[in-house]
Amino acid sequence: MSWIDIGHIDDVPLRGARLVRTEVGCVAIFRTDAAEVFAASNTCPHKRGPLSEGIVHGQKVTCPLHNWVFDLNTGEAQGADEGRIDTYPVRLEGGRILLDGTAVSRRSAA
Amino acid sequence: MAKKLIVIGAGMASGRLLEHLLEADPGAYDITLFNAEPRGNYNRIMLSPVLSGEKSFAEIVTHDDDWYGTNRVTCRFGERVMSVDTARKVVVGEKGEVAYDKLVFGTGSSAFIIPCPGHDLPGVVAFRDLEDTTAMTEAAARPGAKAVVIGGGLLGLEAAAALRLRGMEVTVLHIASHLMERQLDPAAGYLLKKDLEKRGITVMLEASTQEIKGDGRVESVLLADGTELPCDIVCMAVGIRPAVKLAQDSGIACGRAIKVDAQMRTETPDVFAVGECVEFEGALFGLVAPLYDQAKVLAKTLLGQEETFAMRELSTKLKVTGCDLFSAGDFADGPGREDIVYRDPARGIYKRLVIEADRLIGAVMYGDTADGNWFFGLIKDGTDISEMRETLIFGPSYQGGASADPLSAVAALPPEAEICGCNGVCKGDIVAAIAGGATDLGAIKATTKASASCGTCTGLVEQVLSVTLGDDFVLPTAQPVCGCTELTHEDVRRLIKAQALKSQEAVWQELGWKTRNGCHVCRPAVNFYLLADWPLDYTDDPQSRFVNERNHANIQKDGTYSVMPRMWGGMTTPQELIAIAQAAEKYGATVKVTGGQRIDLLGVRKEDLPAIWHDLNEAGMVSGHAYTKGLRTVKTCVGSDWCRFGTQDSTGLGIKLEKKLWGSWTPHKVKLGVSGCPRNCAEATCKDVGIICVDSGYQIGVAGAAGMDVKETERLVDVPTENEAIEWTTAFVQLYREHARYLDRPYKWVAKVGLDWVKEVLSDDAERRALVARFDVSQSVYQTDPWAERAEPEAARRFQPLADLTLRAAE
Ligand code: SRM
Ligand SMILES: Cc1cc2nc3c(=O)[nH]c(=O)nc-3n(C[C@H](O)[C@H](O)[C@H](O)COP(=O)(O)OP(=O)(O)OC[C@H]3O[C@@H](n4cnc5c(N)ncnc54)[C@H](O)[C@@H]3O)c2cc1C
Ligand code: SF4
Ligand code: FES
Repeated sequence: MSWIDIGHIDDVPLRGARLVRTEVGCVAIFRTDAAEVFAASNTCPHKRGPLSEGIVHGQKVTCPLHNWVFDLNTGEAQGADEGRIDTYPVRLEGGRILLDGTAVSRRSAA
Repeated sequence: MAKKLIVIGAGMASGRLLEHLLEADPGAYDITLFNAEPRGNYNRIMLSPVLSGEKSFAEIVTHDDDWYGTNRVTCRFGERVMSVDTARKVVVGEKGEVAYDKLVFGTGSSAFIIPCPGHDLPGVVAFRDLEDTTAMTEAAARPGAKAVVIGGGLLGLEAAAALRLRGMEVTVLHIASHLMERQLDPAAGYLLKKDLEKRGITVMLEASTQEIKGDGRVESVLLADGTELPCDIVCMAVGIRPAVKLAQDSGIACGRAIKVDAQMRTETPDVFAVGECVEFEGALFGLVAPLYDQAKVLAKTLLGQEETFAMRELSTKLKVTGCDLFSAGDFADGPGREDIVYRDPARGIYKRLVIEADRLIGAVMYGDTADGNWFFGLIKDGTDISEMRETLIFGPSYQGGASADPLSAVAALPPEAEICGCNGVCKGDIVAAIAGGATDLGAIKATTKASASCGTCTGLVEQVLSVTLGDDFVLPTAQPVCGCTELTHEDVRRLIKAQALKSQEAVWQELGWKTRNGCHVCRPAVNFYLLADWPLDYTDDPQSRFVNERNHANIQKDGTYSVMPRMWGGMTTPQELIAIAQAAEKYGATVKVTGGQRIDLLGVRKEDLPAIWHDLNEAGMVSGHAYTKGLRTVKTCVGSDWCRFGTQDSTGLGIKLEKKLWGSWTPHKVKLGVSGCPRNCAEATCKDVGIICVDSGYQIGVAGAAGMDVKETERLVDVPTENEAIEWTTAFVQLYREHARYLDRPYKWVAKVGLDWVKEVLSDDAERRALVARFDVSQSVYQTDPWAERAEPEAARRFQPLADLTLRAAE
């Protein structure tokens, strides 16, 4: 693992998300609580809705286009929908958000 | 010693008679059963599915050799009875005489064959017995074979549909001007014809057969109008005649058929009759239900017991899958008779009830026959229907209600009928989910996704639940907001006010939310309720808004956005147009004139939004809020400024209204229209609020709709001055903001609270002004241009990615 500092937690709105451009595509950084972040693919497996624009609730996000709901821990779609988004290791250190660089690099994706 | 009983004809009636007789007293008679057909009793009705190939003959046999053996019935099948000597009490069959103590005629009917030239050619058949059926199936086996069915009644149509299923090209010739004219009225006949044509059956009405042509075998049918239809088989299904020749020749009293009394006795001692060959009180029979009654009566009579046959009402159903048809009773026009008719041509549904003296006497139904049996019951029982007359046609599940009952329609939907268009969920899926334990709307949503998208099908889904679960399902009077709470929207609104809950956290805690911070369903609603009720205390939470309202632009299917500046009342200037044109060019946007009298710039990237907003702001334009649950557009016409008919300055009033109301958040979007005269060029009468200017002032209508539902506005009030028009409109919008549930357009809300209540509240001068005052307080916070705020560098930064790791890799 190679942890990359991508920003401060306060740069991500509470119960919101921001994007990080990576070699594996856009990764959304979700902030669910005062001090809880998740990283997952920004692209909804349904019709490519941008998940970073969705409503974040609990540890889930609802896609803005057709309301599929994903669990941010597993990436699994909830309820009747079938699909999964990739999730990536991310952690907080003194307010800084650290994303695992190997997981989002082209080599690991191949 | 047992007496000798002879039964002539092994038909449906006599079969039933034997069952009753043998069951009651197996030893009473030595029975001999003659049948002209070379077989015993079978279910003649089911010849239709045999003809179509859906059943085999073996499956429709009702009494087999074993049965006759066990019951010691002497079978003389394939032997026609030639004569009866009632004096000597003997029956003369083709193979000899048999003496009787009691004799039963059960000779049924024979098909009527039109005696036109060629009717006796090979290939011309009726549809009455297995021989006919076999002849038709053999003809159908030839590739490209064509059939002509003469007669568009019950039997003819069943034959036609079955032959079509066998792959034949089928033409039905019918003499009357609509199909099944004895059971159906013209409207239902028309729908039936359409359905049959959809299956590839050609139907020719008012077609009179002149001749059947062929050299040694049928080749074509020639009609009176000269049309010639080539064919391989002709099926005549034009009617039946009671088979009574034998009885007549034997000196038994006959009218159109063998006369019997209510004990099924003929006028000749020891001779009885049952089935289609009888005439009772002048009536003939053609359906099995009354024949079964007769069989029961006759069994008793033969055993010396008392029983009386009585006529009863009959209902008809056509056994052609997909043609749901039901008719019962009498539906001819007549003095003193009234009709109730229900028509839904798009769904192919038609229902007609005939009422006489507060009694239902006839019912015809096509397309949706779910309630047929209920109506039939009313006819049979002669129920007084005056109490339920208004809702009668909607069927049993609607008695006591006020408007159309859709349940029966839902019950009649086939499993493959689509219920949820958004998610492509059909009725069968929902029924399967219910069987799997999903017994309420939430569970159906979770397992099938039905009603989880646009929600317009929620009612339908509930009806499917109700139809499937029956009494186990109580249509919820109040739906909770979502799975996070048991409370309804109305409860939540009330409690937020009553308990002075002024933050989301307060709502989650005080109202016992089951989730940490709601979900995408409840959070936007709660956010709106809080800001509408406590504009000064609560701060709007963008993270509780859908993407469009958070980003102040409409997200497109490809993830880009559209940008739409306000064009007050539809007015613009050359400078604005130049700025719009420049912005479009600079950010590569597509330009579209909208249905709301303004210009849409489509395809803008999220990162560019703050910049394009900035540019438009510079030219004096603000957000058009084309994305909010808030004021959208105020459409106007040119009005008295330009138009020769304009009575007032409709454009000016529209602009004033738009300037007053813009920026306010509402439960759903709000659209206005102001037209300068009743010609209504601004289409004001289908808006949430629509004002029509007249000489004497302003007619304010509310609760119109022109989206998924289309509805004309209802008149709220007429006022003489522009200021009053603005005051009433503002007060109406504020009342809507304070009371409606989230995502109800004004027309839905007004339908719930009633226009009378709205009028009552707003007519109170003090209350109306208080509403306007509260609206103004809210506007002091919320009437700001979201674009200007977000074009600021600090806010604009948030529209960019947090980090770009692809750059790092490139380095
Ligand atoms: C741009 C426009 C179509 C156009 O090219 O003309 C439009 C575009 C959209 N309409 Fe509309 N509506 C537009 C005029 C209308 C009209 C006509 C009118 O306003 O005179 C109607 C019928 C009147 C009405 O609202 O009742 C209309 C009824 C709807 C509805 C159905 C609303 C309803 O209550 O039944 C929706 C869905 C909704 O809001 O939930 C909708 C939703 C939408 C959305 C926002 C769908 C969405 O959520 O993405 C569309 C955004 C497209 C996009 O990608 O930008 N649009 N829409 C029109 C913008 C008008 C404007 O200047 O603001
Ligand atoms: C294709 C088809 C579909 C139908 N569908 C329906 C339906 O959906 N619903 C409904 O209610 N009704 C239906 N009917 C009508 C129903 O079948 C008849 O009402 C019923 O069969 C009449 O019974 P029956 O016993 O009076 O006569 P039958 O069943 O006709 O039996 C009379 C028998 O007597 C025999 N016979 C006649 N004369 C002599 C003789 N001299 N010697 C020996 N045997 C003789 C005949 O060969 C025949 O087998 C349908 C009929 C047909 C043909
Ligand atoms: S009618 Fe409105 S919502 Fe539908 S496609 Fe057109 S713009 Fe979009
Ligand atoms: S694109 Fe995400 S739900 Fe459709």
